[in-house]
Amino acid sequence: MNIIETTGLGKRYGRAWALRDCTLEIPAGRVTALVGPNGAGKSTLLNLAVGLSMPSAGVVTVLGGRQAGSSAALDGVAFVAQDTPLYKNLTVADMIFLTRGLNRRFDHSYARARLDELGIPVKRRAGKLSGGQQAQLALTLALARRPRLLVLDEPVAMLDPVARHDFMATVQAAAADGVSVLLSSHVLAELERVADYLILLSRGQVRLAGDAGDLLAAHRRASLEELAMAYLRETQPEVTR
Amino acid sequence: MTARTMSARPGEDDSRPLPWRRMAGVTWRQHRIMLAGVVVLLGAVAVWLWTAGMPLHQAYAAAVACHPASSTACQNLAGTFSQLATSDFMGNHGPGGILVQLVPVLIGAFAGAPVLARELETGTFRYAWTQGFGRWRWALAKLVLLAIVLAAATAATGVVVSWYFQPESGTLYQTSPLVTLFGLREVTFPGWTLAAFAIGALAGMLIRRVVPAIVATLAAYAGLAFAAAGFLREHYLTPVATTGYVNPGTSTAWVISQWSTKDGTFAFSGNPPGSLVNRFCSSLSPDKTGPQGFAPCLAQHGYTQWISYQPASRFWAFQWIEGGWLLALAALLIAATIWLVHRRAA
Repeated sequence: MNIIETTGLGKRYGRAWALRDCTLEIPAGRVTALVGPNGAGKSTLLNLAVGLSMPSAGVVTVLGGRQAGSSAALDGVAFVAQDTPLYKNLTVADMIFLTRGLNRRFDHSYARARLDELGIPVKRRAGKLSGGQQAQLALTLALARRPRLLVLDEPVAMLDPVARHDFMATVQAAAADGVSVLLSSHVLAELERVADYLILLSRGQVRLAGDAGDLLAAHRRASLEELAMAYLRETQPEVTR
Repeated sequence: MTARTMSARPGEDDSRPLPWRRMAGVTWRQHRIMLAGVVVLLGAVAVWLWTAGMPLHQAYAAAVACHPASSTACQNLAGTFSQLATSDFMGNHGPGGILVQLVPVLIGAFAGAPVLARELETGTFRYAWTQGFGRWRWALAKLVLLAIVLAAATAATGVVVSWYFQPESGTLYQTSPLVTLFGLREVTFPGWTLAAFAIGALAGMLIRRVVPAIVATLAAYAGLAFAAAGFLREHYLTPVATTGYVNPGTSTAWVISQWSTKDGTFAFSGNPPGSLVNRFCSSLSPDKTGPQGFAPCLAQHGYTQWISYQPASRFWAFQWIEGGWLLALAALLIAATIWLVHRRAA
């Protein structure tokens, strides 16, 4: 089963295409890194996959053929947006209450136990937590929904190195439990350790997609970062000039 | 940390939509401070009306109970009441009356505009709209729940407004219940509040920022309220036309227009023109020169005075007409807002 499938997917803002002719088949059970420079269309693709925006062209389905954004899809897809938006004036306990109320499944004991381990007090307002704690809270809420697909948009961009490490460890643990993960970053080094599937985007188009090991072998590169850099230099000489 | 190794295994599927009642608790958690603010505001208005209304009610009761009505003591009591009623702080044009008329738009703008604008401004819509409940259902449940609570609270306050107003359309001092504080009664108070709330929600969805959305709501509401009070309300039902004249403060009728006819054809509207007065009624003493003073004089020369008015008995009809179109407007705007939530590209 493919966890995400797109066919001729495109998104236009005004006259500019943020994403075009995107055809992908991401298998289930993988940790997929969506990589590309700023403005490559990463957030656009993620927003389409979670149903926050509507395609201008083509189709995108998730969880094996469900239309992105439909209630059947929303049920099994958890999304942590860039900068992990939370209701800053609500407490951690309120955020748990909200997420529990808005979803069919919510593993309350998992959420409480994880927040305890992380040392995040449930009575504190979300806005008073550190950046790393806010990211961990958003991730915990997403995982407590027991999603089949976890989508993360630039999850570690705002975090310090320790928080980054902790965050990625949580993602890795979820992946080990069978959650498919799709995460974007403009810094591939973050994802090198966890990702086993790679999608390279630049200027709104897919440049490279496939199993990380296969891609490395085919292009005779030692690391995904090296591969991505080489590929981006080829396709976008003006950027790295 | 063992937390990282805790299981996060995916769950099973179920395609039924989540029950609507889930949104009750969610909406309460998110908006309880706002709702508490509304209750405090309406409570303050009710207490204020109560303290201002008690002396008015007492003076009215004393004056009405007095016998015989023509005695000096009774006349004094009636005078006391009239004075209270005319110097009324809470009437349409008293400072209190003007302040109270801001209540619906304050509630609407400050409760309605942020509902979606804050989500869009802070980015939390990316959280709210990707939960299992679904985004248009989330918007529908939240807006309808808040609307019901606001409608119930303002309708209750409308009962207090009507209690307060009772003596003023009684037998002693008479003003039309169709004019004074008409927009704050049992049906119209929730009607105007819901209209403001819906304007605010739509403005928030379109503008996506809290403060500009509140400003836009205030402006749109002001235009609507002005149009309704100045132009629409008098046309809800065809006015009754009759010959005669009504003195302000002596009738519960809402006079829409006055005119005169001669020999069955229209002569002039409103007050008689100066030329006519000079010709027929120049001998009248100055203290009798009001439209009423001229009337008998002009009547001798074949002029008939007419008025058209809305009788006070139409109060409930007018309440439901105004409440009805406001509710329809609010429903339409909320439907448009939900459609935008459903369609909006993030």
